[in-house]
Amino acid sequence: MTATMQSKTEAADAPRRGRRNPGPGRKVRSRGGSLQFGHWWWALPGIALVIAIHYVATGIGGYFAFTNWTGIGSFKVVGLANFEAIFKDPTKLGALLNTLFLAFSSVFISNVAGLFIALGLNRVIKTRYVLRTLFFMPVVLSPLATAYIWKYIFDFDGPINVFLASIGAGDLAKPWLADPQWAIWTVLIVLVWGSTGFAMVIFMAGLAGVPVEIEEAAAIDGANMWQRFWNVTLPAIRPAVAIASTLGIVQGLRVFDPIMALTGGGPAGATETLATQVYKQAFALGNFGGGAALALVLAVIILFFAVIQQRLTRSNPED
Amino acid sequence: MFRYTKLTVLREIGLWALALLFLSPFYFLVTTALKSDGEIYTTSPLAPPSSPDFSNFTAVLTAQGNSNVVLGLVNSVIITTGSILGLIALGSITGYVISRSTRRWSKGAYYLFLIAIILPGQLGAVPLYMGARSLGLTGSAWGLIVLYTGMLLPLSIFLYANFFRGLGTDYEEAATIDGASKTQVFSKVVFPMMAPATGTVTIFAGLIVWNDFFTSLIFLGGSSNQTLPVAMYYFIGSLVSQWNSIFAIVIVSMIPILALFLFAQKRFIQGFSGGLKG
Repeated sequence: MTATMQSKTEAADAPRRGRRNPGPGRKVRSRGGSLQFGHWWWALPGIALVIAIHYVATGIGGYFAFTNWTGIGSFKVVGLANFEAIFKDPTKLGALLNTLFLAFSSVFISNVAGLFIALGLNRVIKTRYVLRTLFFMPVVLSPLATAYIWKYIFDFDGPINVFLASIGAGDLAKPWLADPQWAIWTVLIVLVWGSTGFAMVIFMAGLAGVPVEIEEAAAIDGANMWQRFWNVTLPAIRPAVAIASTLGIVQGLRVFDPIMALTGGGPAGATETLATQVYKQAFALGNFGGGAALALVLAVIILFFAVIQQRLTRSNPED
Repeated sequence: MFRYTKLTVLREIGLWALALLFLSPFYFLVTTALKSDGEIYTTSPLAPPSSPDFSNFTAVLTAQGNSNVVLGLVNSVIITTGSILGLIALGSITGYVISRSTRRWSKGAYYLFLIAIILPGQLGAVPLYMGARSLGLTGSAWGLIVLYTGMLLPLSIFLYANFFRGLGTDYEEAATIDGASKTQVFSKVVFPMMAPATGTVTIFAGLIVWNDFFTSLIFLGGSSNQTLPVAMYYFIGSLVSQWNSIFAIVIVSMIPILALFLFAQKRFIQGFSGGLKG
């Protein structure tokens, strides 16, 4: 995999360099005339569709965040009332905090776990490709479908409680998903399980780019395993860390399917997230203005982290 | 230095133990789906069924109404295939033009698509729903294909544009000199060369569309024409802790994507690790 990827980037670099410094024999692009390749209007359908579906729809949605629209009929512009309501309503405020908690802790844990597995699989392991496939499997499966398996595992009569009883720890058994204190942690486990394979793959690609010679040189100079990891490997895979963590956060902030399958946001709003609240407010409760306001908050948070990701990946000279 | 030692054997065994623990949910999935209605309450969740019972699967495959799984499967295949074709056609041509053009607008268009990738869909969901309903696009496979194509088009264009930027113009120049028209240059020379980008787009878009629940829940809401995840959601909603039936439908919903993944796992993983690096 690494070999093909590296050769691909090399092959891609060569002509790019050539294009920046056109040789004397190159045709000069005609000014004012048509493009050298393709017609500019070929891009129109794509641009129109993206503007309509992304920008116009989001713009209208953003406007409704400042209204009391119910989804049908007339409405009034209410200014910031919907945003004030978010901070007054414990369910909505809880949803905001839950979303941030789930996104950050799931990304942190799955990145650490993914990095450990990637380091474990890096080099000489004979069955590394089989293992990689196995660890990656949850990533391709529907989050809704896998969440149902976990719902059973955490069920009161499910495997975990039966297992605890069989080892004599039966008093630890509890209805995990119906327990206001534990429900959010079970959701976290499910999220980590679903995204560890993704982080692992990014790290494996990053680790494969670390030259063996440098690691060997460090080992010869007397660096122990921890020093080698901290001073040689980690700096080399920093771009991979940045990509895996920011993408994970942006994904994590939108978490919806597993919550709907596991708890539906309960018990008593203990696992509500912004995405489930947006859905409930806008589509189930007919409070479209309030739902749009929540979605706008979600959008601002996601954009904030996406900008950070752009900064992080751009500052690295390799990209 | 990096040779296969006794320590490596231990590492390999440890990783396998971890992998088995990691995949243990699938053990419960399969064993429970094969238990009969009686056995589900009498045997331990940890134990396999005394004799495999496939009646849950026949019950799942014959369900009617908005939890019609077979119809959901067909709909999901149609919608996923249609969206992928739309994304390849529009994504490749738009990505090509904006990366080959030297005009100022093409850079603006590039950022237009880049920002659209990160805009969260929920904010636009209701206005989109209103628009789609007035155009008669809700409740139909066509409507969802148009929606998914529009929603994922920025990602598709971004992947294609990055691919073109790394591709020299030599082949196109040669083809132009040989007398090929612009359309021919694109369809006969450029498009075949983009197979790796097309593969990445297919995998990303295919996975996202196939597994998507939110969009199809909203836009197909109420109709009996459901995609697989929504049919599964309704089917399970009508059952209370009948885990054998629930898991039968979960398995049915997983088989297509799992088969595809195991068949082309290398391509999948490459698409993820390579595609994201741009």
